[in-house]
Amino acid sequence: MKLRFLLPLLIFGALFATFGFMLHRTENGGYDPKIIQSPLLGKPAPAFRLISVEDPTKFVDTRDYLGQIYVLNVWGTWCVGCRQEHPALLEIARQQLVPIVGLDTRQDSSDSNELANAQQWLSRLGNPYVATAFDADGRAAIDWGVYGAPETFLIDAKGYVAYKHVGPLSVEAWQQKFVPRIEQLRAGSVAGSKP
Amino acid sequence: MKKLLLLVSLLVSNSLFAIDGESFDDPALHARYRKLTHELRCLQCQNETIGDSNATLAKDLRRELRAMLLAGKSDAEIQQFMTDRYGDFVLYRPPVATRTLTLWLAPGIVLVGAGIAVFFIIRRRGSQSFDDLPDDKNPDGSTGAAP
Repeated sequence: MKLRFLLPLLIFGALFATFGFMLHRTENGGYDPKIIQSPLLGKPAPAFRLISVEDPTKFVDTRDYLGQIYVLNVWGTWCVGCRQEHPALLEIARQQLVPIVGLDTRQDSSDSNELANAQQWLSRLGNPYVATAFDADGRAAIDWGVYGAPETFLIDAKGYVAYKHVGPLSVEAWQQKFVPRIEQLRAGSVAGSKP
Repeated sequence: MKKLLLLVSLLVSNSLFAIDGESFDDPALHARYRKLTHELRCLQCQNETIGDSNATLAKDLRRELRAMLLAGKSDAEIQQFMTDRYGDFVLYRPPVATRTLTLWLAPGIVLVGAGIAVFFIIRRRGSQSFDDLPDDKNPDGSTGAAP
């Protein structure tokens, strides 16, 4: 008989604890419902060959980076988070651990100034990229499953996606999430190349 | 009459002024387009389908979807294209697989559990005599006629 009155309270307590726990994790950055694990992880990185922002007569081709670990950073001049992470990218580029390739995407199909804006952005704010590809029709961003710029991918020497970071990248996040993985990949490839 | 017309026009306008004004020459393709845009999630604004959303990603994906339909791709091929890039989360109807088994089975388990609970409650109530319940002759429900 007592259980009958206690049961609603127990159910309420369990729900309260669950919601409280998830809210707590969301607050502390441990859990973000907006971040969806990329199905590309562990799969070959989608290839593209696009004109370069720095020199539109030249091309940026993902195949040129096969055989080395590199980072692909997806950004756009219309994207607030990209502006926010830009100083961090400059700092990361200064470390010269791996090359950073940029993928500049336009906001939507009506956005016709992105290439000019991107060139201005790079000359004014500094250029952390070894090369920046211009994704004129947004196809490359779709192939990479980009849903919220900025997004940063780590690609291993075999051309496989090793890690993905969604949202503005900070130097701390770089040190915590990317550097250990890069070191691991380097150690792995050295071990793998032993006869 | 005027009021009725106004009401009807309000009901209809909803679909006329949809976010997506895309049209196809082939009505069968249009139907598939409508069905698919309402089964795919826009990852930029996670609780909307790409058919309902005005986000840039949704626009791009609608354009992509239109191109694939016109190129004669099947529904399965289009869904594969989307999940290859955005994962199962992009599907409003997730596939039945071991990793989604809890998701698919939970409602059934809850229903069966609730059914069992209701069965026992009713059986227990059924064994109680109606004489125990209060009525006009016996306002406090205690006749002493209980078994």
